[in-house]
Amino acid sequence: MSDTPPLLEVKDLVVEFPTRRGTLRALDHVAFTIAPGEILGVVGESGAGKSLTGAAIIGLLEPPGRIAGGEIRLRGERIDGLPADRLRRIRGKRIGAIFQDPLTSLNPLFTVGQQLVETIRAHLPLSEAEARERAIGLLAQTGIPAPEARFGQYPHQFSGGMRQRVVIALALAAEPELIVADEPTTALDVSIQAQVIALLKRLARERGTAVMLVTHDMGVIAETCDRVAVLYAGRVAEIGPVAEVIHRPAHPYTRGLMGSIPAVDEDRDELLQIDGAMPRLNALPAGCAFHPRCPAAHARCTHERPELMPAGATRAACWMVQAEVPR
Amino acid sequence: MSPAPLVRVQDLAKRFDVSAPWLNRVLERLPRQVVHAVDGVGFEIERGTTLALVGESGCGKSTVARLLVGLIEPSAGAIHFDGQPLAGLQGAARRALQRRLQMIFQDPYASLNPRWTVEDIVAEPLREHALVAGRAAQRARVAELLQQVGLAAADAAKYPHQFSGGQRQRISIARALATQPEFLVCDEPTSALDVSVQAQVLNIMKRLQRERGLTYLFISHNLAVVRHVADRVGVMYLGRLVEVAPKRALFTTPRHPYTRMLLDAIPDVHMSGRARTPVQGEVPNPLSPPGGCSFHPRCPHANARCQVERPALLTVQGVQVACHAVQEGRLAPAAGATA
Amino acid sequence: MKAALARWRDSDVWHSFRRSPTAIVAAVIAALCLFCSLFAPWVAPHNPFDLATLNLEASRLPPAWMDGGHPSHLLGTDDQGRDILSALFYGARISLLVGLASVLLSLVVGVALGLLAGFVGGAVDAFIMRVCDVMLSFPSILVALLIDGVGRAIFPDAHDTLAFGVLIFAIALTGWVQYARTVRGSTLVERQREYVQAARVIGVAPLRIMARHVLPNVMGPVLVLATIQVAAAILTEATLSFLGVGVPPTSPSLGTLIRTGNDTLFSGDWWITIFPGLMLVLIALSVNLLGDWLRDALNPKLQ
Repeated sequence: MSDTPPLLEVKDLVVEFPTRRGTLRALDHVAFTIAPGEILGVVGESGAGKSLTGAAIIGLLEPPGRIAGGEIRLRGERIDGLPADRLRRIRGKRIGAIFQDPLTSLNPLFTVGQQLVETIRAHLPLSEAEARERAIGLLAQTGIPAPEARFGQYPHQFSGGMRQRVVIALALAAEPELIVADEPTTALDVSIQAQVIALLKRLARERGTAVMLVTHDMGVIAETCDRVAVLYAGRVAEIGPVAEVIHRPAHPYTRGLMGSIPAVDEDRDELLQIDGAMPRLNALPAGCAFHPRCPAAHARCTHERPELMPAGATRAACWMVQAEVPR
Repeated sequence: MSPAPLVRVQDLAKRFDVSAPWLNRVLERLPRQVVHAVDGVGFEIERGTTLALVGESGCGKSTVARLLVGLIEPSAGAIHFDGQPLAGLQGAARRALQRRLQMIFQDPYASLNPRWTVEDIVAEPLREHALVAGRAAQRARVAELLQQVGLAAADAAKYPHQFSGGQRQRISIARALATQPEFLVCDEPTSALDVSVQAQVLNIMKRLQRERGLTYLFISHNLAVVRHVADRVGVMYLGRLVEVAPKRALFTTPRHPYTRMLLDAIPDVHMSGRARTPVQGEVPNPLSPPGGCSFHPRCPHANARCQVERPALLTVQGVQVACHAVQEGRLAPAAGATA
Repeated sequence: MKAALARWRDSDVWHSFRRSPTAIVAAVIAALCLFCSLFAPWVAPHNPFDLATLNLEASRLPPAWMDGGHPSHLLGTDDQGRDILSALFYGARISLLVGLASVLLSLVVGVALGLLAGFVGGAVDAFIMRVCDVMLSFPSILVALLIDGVGRAIFPDAHDTLAFGVLIFAIALTGWVQYARTVRGSTLVERQREYVQAARVIGVAPLRIMARHVLPNVMGPVLVLATIQVAAAILTEATLSFLGVGVPPTSPSLGTLIRTGNDTLFSGDWWITIFPGLMLVLIALSVNLLGDWLRDALNPKLQ
C-alpha cells in the first residue's frame, strides 16, 4: 500500500440507462484507483461495461446514459457532475483519450499538424510557432519518420498503425496526467499492435503519465499493465497485480477466462469453457452475477452479492475466497 | 500409399483491377492498377485434417477462402476437390459439389438474414438441394442440427437478433452442416467473439471434426487459436505462401523470418515478459509490392538476391519455406522459439 | 399471426407512434378520410352524381350555417344542385383510388428495376441509372400531360376505365425513379453482406436471392417513400384534373371539383371551390405527416 495519494479514484460508480422497459444498470458500484504513472488494465468481455467506465471518466457518456451514483476523483477533486465547460478544460489538459478506430478519431478534413497544433494551443499558452515545434517533436517521439513532412499531411495518407501513433501524439499533446485508452490496438495488425503497445508503455513511463487501458485482449494486458481489473456484468470481479491475476486468479470467472484463452506455446486438447453467456443487463441474476455459470456456486451466492475481498495478492468479489485454503 | 488429398490447390492467383475509371485514366494519365490479392498459392489438405491459413490484413487469406467455395473466379491456377477440377463446373455437377463444401463466415451479425427465422435459415440448404420432404421432416432435421451445436430445438422459431454472437455463430455452423458436407471453409469464425465464447465454438468445431471426419480450411489472424485447431499451418504474406508446416514444427521451430516475426510479436497472456526482437516496418501497399521477395524490406536477413528474385516454396526438412536465406542455409532454424 | 402481432405491439415503431401526437392525429384524420371515401355511398347524405336526385332549385345554396343555407346540405351545393359534402366523399374516393393505384404501380416498377440494377451491376446498372437521370430531368406534370395527351390521341373515344388507366400510368411514370434509386443503393450494400454470400455458397439462384433475401431487407425506406408519394400522387392527379386532362368528367375527383368551383369563385360562391380544396389539403397533409413520422420511427440513428 503506497502512501502517495492516487491520481484517479473511482468509488461506487453507478451508471444507468433509463429505457422504456425500465432502468438498466450498466455499471454497479465499480471501484478502483490508479496511482500516478501506473498502467491499469480494465478487461472484460462485450457487455461487461469496460468502455462505459472509460466514457464515464472522460465525461463522454452518451445520453440517456448517466452517472447515477458514486464519485470520480482526479487528484482528490471530484470530476463527475461538473458543468460542461469545466469538464472540457479537464478533458485534454489533464485527461487524454485514445479510441479504438484511428480512422474516425482524426478529422479527415484537417492535416495532422493542424489538429495537433489546435489541441496544443487549446490547453497550453504557446504561440503558433512554438506549438508547431512541439507538435513535430511529438510526432518524432511517437516514431513517425520524417515528422516535418508528415506534419502537413492528411490522415488518409497515413497507414492504420501510423494513424494510431498520431492519435497517441494528440492524446499526449497537452501533457495530461492520465490517458484513457479504449481498445487502442484492436483494429491493428498483430505486428503493428506490438509496436503501438511498446510505444504507449515507453511514453507513459518517460512522462510519468498514468494509463487506463480498456481492452478485451488479455495478451495486451499481460504485456502492458501493472494492475488489472476484471469486469463482469458491470461489476468488478477481481482486481490486482497483473501477474497475480493472470497466473493465480482467485475469482472463478477469471479462472474460466484464463483457461479459455488458447496458448501459442502449448498444445491443449480442449479449451476450458464457461457454459452459458454473460447475462444481459435486463436479466441480471440476484446475488453474485456470475453464480448461474459458476462451478463453485453455493446457496449464499444466489442471494447475497459479494463485495471485493482480499484473496491472496488480489481482491476478488467472491464468497468462495473467504473459505479458500491458502494457495 | 496415402490416399489422395481431398483438396488440392495449384498456382492459384486472383488479380483485382482497381484502376481509376476510364475517363479519369485518360484525362489524368493514370496507369492501370492491379492488386495481386493471391499470387501463386498452392497447397493440399488431407481428408479429416485442418489446414490453417494465417497472416495479417491484406495477405490474401480471405480471398483464398472465397476462391475455394466459388464465390469468386480465379484469374489463374486450379482447384481440385476429391480429384475433380472446380473450374468450368455447371449445373447438376456444380450443385452436387456445393453440397459437399460449405463456408462459415466471420461476422455472426451479418451472416444470418435478420428477417428470416432460424428455422428458415438452417433449412435453406435443405430446401435448395431437396434433401427433405415436407415441413415435418424439415422441422425435425433442423431441430437435430441445432441440438448438435448445443442449441435447443425451440430456438428454431426465433429471429437472429434474439441470440448472442456466439449463438449466432453456432446457427451458422448448423446451417453449414445441413447438407452433410465433407469440407468446411471457415473464414475467421471466432474473431468477432469474446474469448470465453470463442472457446465454446472452437470446442464444438473440434468435436464435430472428430465425430464426422470433417476437413477444415481455417482462416485466422490469431496464432493462438490456430495452434489450438490446426494440423498444418500455412503463413501468407502479400498474397503468397511463405511457409507451410505441421503445427508443432511451425510453432517450435519457425523458419521463415516473417513467421518468426509474427510469433515474436503476439502479445501473449502466458508468455509475457520474454525477450523479443522488435518488429520493423509495416505491411507495404499491395498496389506496389516490393520486387523479388515481398518481405525483403522488413527482413533482417535479406541480401541482394532477395531484392530481385522471388523465392519458390521449397521443401526443407519436411517443411515448405519460401526464403532464400533458409534455402541457402544462411538462416538456421530458431530452436526452442515457442516450445 | 398472434406472435407477429405481439412482436409489433412490443416494437419500437409502435411505441414511437403512441408517443407522437402528430402521428396519432394524422393517422386518425387519414383513416377518417379513407373510411368516408371507401364507404361514400353509405356515408354521404346524398348521391351527387345520380342525376335523378338533383334538384336545380337547390343549386348554389351556401353552407348550412350561413343565410340561405339548408341543414340537409351541410356545406352547400354547386351550380347544378349537387351536395358539396357528398361530392367531397365521392371525389376523395376517386382521388385516393388514383393516388394509391399509381403509387402501387410505380413502387412495383421502381423496386424491381432498383433490385435489378443493384444486384446485377455493370452495364445493366449503368443503363437503368441513366434512364432514371433522364426521367428526373423532366418536370412530373409535363410528363403526365404528355402521356395523357398521347393516350387521348391514340384512343380518342376512350372508355372511362382506359382513361383512368392512362392517368394512373402517367402519374406512376413520374414516381418510380425514387424507388429505383433508393432500392439500388440499399441493394448494393446488402449484396456485400455475408448472409447473401452464404446463400450463394449454398447454391441459391440469383433471382431467388434477390427476391427472398435482399428484398425484405431493403423495403424499409420504400414504405416511407410510398407513404409520402401517395400525397404527391393525389396532388398531381388534382392538378391534372384541374387542368382538364385528368379523370373523365363523369367521375369527378377533388381536382375536378376545384375546377368547376373556380368558375364561380369570384361571383361569391366560394364554398364550391374552397371545401374540395380543404379536403385535398387535409388528405395530403395527414398522409405526409404520417410519412414523416414513419421515416423518423424507422431511422435507427435517431433513436
